[in-house]
Amino acid sequence: MPERQRAGLRHVEHVMGTVFSFDVRDPATPALETALGDAVAWLHHVDRVFSPYRPDSAVSRLARGTVRPDDCSAEVREVLDLCEAARHATDGWFSPVAGGVLDPSGLVKGWAVERAAQRLRAAGARHVCVNGGGDLRFSGGTAPGVPWRIGLAHPLRPDTLCAVVTGHDLAVATSGTAERGAHILDPHTGAPAHGPAAVTVVGRSLTMTDAYATAAFAMGAKAADWLESLPGHEALAVTADGGCWHTTGFPDCGTPLITGS
Amino acid sequence: MRRAVLTTASTSALVVLLLSLKPHHPAALPAAAPEPSPTGTRHPGARPADGTYTGSPIPTRYGTVQVAATLKGGRLTAVKVLQVPSDNGRDQEIAGYAVPRLTQEALSVHGAAIDAVSGASYTSAGYIQSLQSALDRAGA
Repeated sequence: MPERQRAGLRHVEHVMGTVFSFDVRDPATPALETALGDAVAWLHHVDRVFSPYRPDSAVSRLARGTVRPDDCSAEVREVLDLCEAARHATDGWFSPVAGGVLDPSGLVKGWAVERAAQRLRAAGARHVCVNGGGDLRFSGGTAPGVPWRIGLAHPLRPDTLCAVVTGHDLAVATSGTAERGAHILDPHTGAPAHGPAAVTVVGRSLTMTDAYATAAFAMGAKAADWLESLPGHEALAVTADGGCWHTTGFPDCGTPLITGS
Repeated sequence: MRRAVLTTASTSALVVLLLSLKPHHPAALPAAAPEPSPTGTRHPGARPADGTYTGSPIPTRYGTVQVAATLKGGRLTAVKVLQVPSDNGRDQEIAGYAVPRLTQEALSVHGAAIDAVSGASYTSAGYIQSLQSALDRAGA
């Protein structure tokens, strides 16, 4: 259970095969503690409904064809609609189908983080950061006027950051090979994608930002132009040879982000 | 949309709080911070002393910025802003808007006052060795 902290609330939850870290900087109140507990319980609910690894989940039953989308709950239909919107927006580079089987996981985690952060804000939290396995949604700041500072893990150098993103109300999603190896498939060929070592996309809502990061990774070299043209989003990538590129909308990037070897 | 973002960014008063820190007391920071150990093994002789370190006031084009950082057990546990440009209502207004910024340096974890980490998805087991895990432990 979440514990009361002097200056705010911190909580770490193992769920959905990864770890969600909550960092609330508002003074802890019973209402916020309740909201945090509710958000954590809701993540477990999302896992039960959307996990492709649980035979009894709605996603598994949809994949087997034993139920149809119209038979499912509103949240399942919402996620399926969002997946379709993401597939359309990425020209097919994001796909909720992996190896011929329905698997909306690439969107569900970001959506779950977004909704968990919304629950905390609805309970009055103004300074919130929710990190779902490396993809984040944050609002407010760490103190009045002080932005959140999000380190981007260097995909090729463990325990090193390649850049820091600062801001007050943003979503930050990274796709890459760091831990899982080549786990993102090119939806057009079904083969593992050979994208950059990592690509980070920054936007306003983690639901789409996360899907865009996944799509950009699958795109590989084509991602730079696509991300540059994507309204409301900025991006940074570290290539397999240790180089780096980013969209022009990131201010103050006149010098290379990564130097040396 | 892109033009709007750029315009806002160019007038933004957001500041990068990556400042050189000067200790209050003679205990000097080591020249090279120790690498964080994934297994949590301590290196007591090689890490900076606990305490609060006050940075020099840094003039920026938006005004003077000064921070103090608190180290505990070799980890950065708090950064307090002592001085920010705050007398400009427009700056305050813009600071509330979402503008992502990047710092330019390649950064060691010990050198950056960060609040969270984004990276390729980690599994529940991989989290233990992640930078986010270290931050969660430091903040808990």
